[in-house]
Amino acid sequence: MTTLTEATESAAARATPARRRRARVDRLPYLLLLPSLLVIGGLLLWPLGQVVAMSFYRLNNVRQVRGDRKWPWIGLGNYAEILADPFFRTVLRNTVLFAAANVTLTIILGTLVGLLLNRLGRRMATFVGSCVMLAWATPALTGAIVWKWLFDDTSGLVTWLFNALPDALSQTVFGRSDWTGYGWFNSPLLFFAILTLVVVWHSFPFIAVSVLAGLKSVPGELLEAARVDGAGRWRVFWSVTFPLLRPVFGILVVLSTIWDFKVFTQQFTLAGGTQDRPTFMLSIYSYATAFSPPPKYGLGAAIAVILTAILLVITGFYVRALIRQEDS
Amino acid sequence: MKRLGVNAAGLLVALFAVFPVFWMISTSLKPNREIFSATPRPVPLQPTLDHYREILTGNLIPGVTFADFFVNSVLVAGATVLISALIALLAATAVARFRFRFRTLFLIMLLVVQMIPLEALVIPLFLMIQRLGLYNTLPSLILTYIGFSLPFAIWMLRGFVAAVPKELEEAAAIDGASRAQIFRRILLPLVAPGLVATSIFSFITAWNELIFALTFINDQQRYTLPVAMTFFFGRDDTEWGLVMAASTLLTLPVMIFFVLVQRRMVSGLVAGAVKG
Repeated sequence: MTTLTEATESAAARATPARRRRARVDRLPYLLLLPSLLVIGGLLLWPLGQVVAMSFYRLNNVRQVRGDRKWPWIGLGNYAEILADPFFRTVLRNTVLFAAANVTLTIILGTLVGLLLNRLGRRMATFVGSCVMLAWATPALTGAIVWKWLFDDTSGLVTWLFNALPDALSQTVFGRSDWTGYGWFNSPLLFFAILTLVVVWHSFPFIAVSVLAGLKSVPGELLEAARVDGAGRWRVFWSVTFPLLRPVFGILVVLSTIWDFKVFTQQFTLAGGTQDRPTFMLSIYSYATAFSPPPKYGLGAAIAVILTAILLVITGFYVRALIRQEDS
Repeated sequence: MKRLGVNAAGLLVALFAVFPVFWMISTSLKPNREIFSATPRPVPLQPTLDHYREILTGNLIPGVTFADFFVNSVLVAGATVLISALIALLAATAVARFRFRFRTLFLIMLLVVQMIPLEALVIPLFLMIQRLGLYNTLPSLILTYIGFSLPFAIWMLRGFVAAVPKELEEAAAIDGASRAQIFRRILLPLVAPGLVATSIFSFITAWNELIFALTFINDQQRYTLPVAMTFFFGRDDTEWGLVMAASTLLTLPVMIFFVLVQRRMVSGLVAGAVKG
C-alpha cells in the first residue's frame, strides 16, 4: 500500500514541477474533505454535543429551544429524576430484554438461513435468496403496518387462523375458542412477542446474506479435510467454520445489538403512537418525554444520552474488533 | 431424501420472508367485501384497482391528496441524493487518492459517527431546525438526511474510487490533462456505477425515514409519505384496502432500488470482515 502510493506520487512529481505539486498535494485533500467535515460536524457531532448540554438544563418550553428565553441550569437534576423514577427501570428492563431476545433470535435464524442458502442448489438458492431479500427491502414502516394488518382483531389472517383451529384444541391450549375481537397488542408480553416477530423478520436477511458471504470465503479444502477426518456437520461448523467466521459474527452481533437497542419505527407503528407506556423502550421513551405535551426537552435529552452511552460502549467493541482485523 | 428436506426448509424460509409482502399486494387488489370476508383467500377473486384510484385521486385529508405526499417525498429524497452524492464523491476522492495527515483519523471518525443513534439526535436537531427557522419546511428534512446518509455514502464510494486504476490518471497527467480534466473525463465516468449505488442507498434512507419527518413537519400539506401513512393509518376502523395500496406504493420504489444495490450494502456494512 505504502510503496504503491509512493510510486504514484513520484510519477506525479515527474509530471508537474516539484514546488507546485507540494503546495497542491498538501491542500487539495483537505479542500475535498471540507464539505463532508462541515456536514458531519454540523449535523452529527454538534447535535451529539448539544444533546449532552441540553440534558443539564430544565427545558420545558419551545420558546426556550428557539433561544428566546434563558435556560435554567439544573446540573444532574434530570438524571437524578430519571434514575429515581421506577418507570425508568421498567423501560430499561424492556429495552435490554428486547434487545437480547431479538439479537439472539436474529443471529440464530440468520445463521441457519445462511447455512441453508449455502447448501441449496443454484436455482433454489437464487429463489430463496430473492424472497429473503424482499423482506429486507421492505421499509420498516410498511413492514410493521402489514404485520399489524395480519394481527387485526376482526379480519386479520392470524385471527382467522386461530379461529380455524378446532374449538376443543384452542380451548384447552389457550383457554378460548373465539378469537374475533381479541386484542393482540393489549398485553405487554404479547406486544413484545409480535414486535420481536416483526423485527426479526426484517433483520434476519442481513445476517443470512452476510453469513453466506462469509461461508463462501471458507476454503473448501478445509471442510473437506475435516469431513475426511470423520467430523459430522455439527462438529465441522463449530470446529472449522465458526472459528474462521468469528470476526464476521462479532461484527454482526454488535451491529444487531445497536439496531435492536433503538427500535423505534416498528414500535411506534404497532403501538399506534406514543401512548402505550408499559411497552416503552429507551428511544421511544426519550421521544415521548421530549415531544408529548407537556414537552420536557431536557429530560428527554438526558434519556437520549443514557441510550447513547450504552451504545457507545457497544460501539467501542465494534471498532476494536475492526481494528484487530486490520492488524491481523 | 436429504435434498428434499433441505429444499423444503428453503421453501419454508422463502414463504416466511415473502408472505407479508405478498399479503400487502394481494390485499391492496381486493375489493372490500373480500378483504373483510369471513374466509380470506390468498389471491383476489375479482382484482380491482379501486383502492389505488381512491388513494391517488381522493382527498385523504381535506385539500391534500396522496400525490402531494408523493411529490414531497420525491423532492426530499431527490435533493438528499444529489447533494449527498456530490459531497461524498469529493471526500471519497480525497480518502482514496491522497495520503495526508488525519486520513486514518477521518476514516475512524466515519465508522464511529455511523454508530451514533440517530434517534438520540431528534431533540438537538429539533432545536437547530427551530433556530435556523426551518421548522415545518422540507429543507429541514433534506439537511437532516444528508447528514445521516453521508458517512455511509463516503465509506461506500471510497471503494469505487480506489478501484479505478491509477495508471489511467497518470497517463492523462503525462498527456497534460489538468486535475479538473482528469476528474471530469476519467474518474467521474468510471465511478458512475458506484455513484448510482451510493445514491440509491441515500434515497432509501431519505424515503423511509419517519421520526424526523414526524417531528419537523407540522403542516399536512408538507407531510412526506411515511408521516402521511401513520396519520391516516392511526384512525379507528382502518380501511385496510387503502392502507395496503398506500403501503405498496411506498414500498415498491425502495424494493426495486434495493435489489439493485444489496450486494454493496453487505460489503459496506461488514467491510473488511471477510478477507481473501
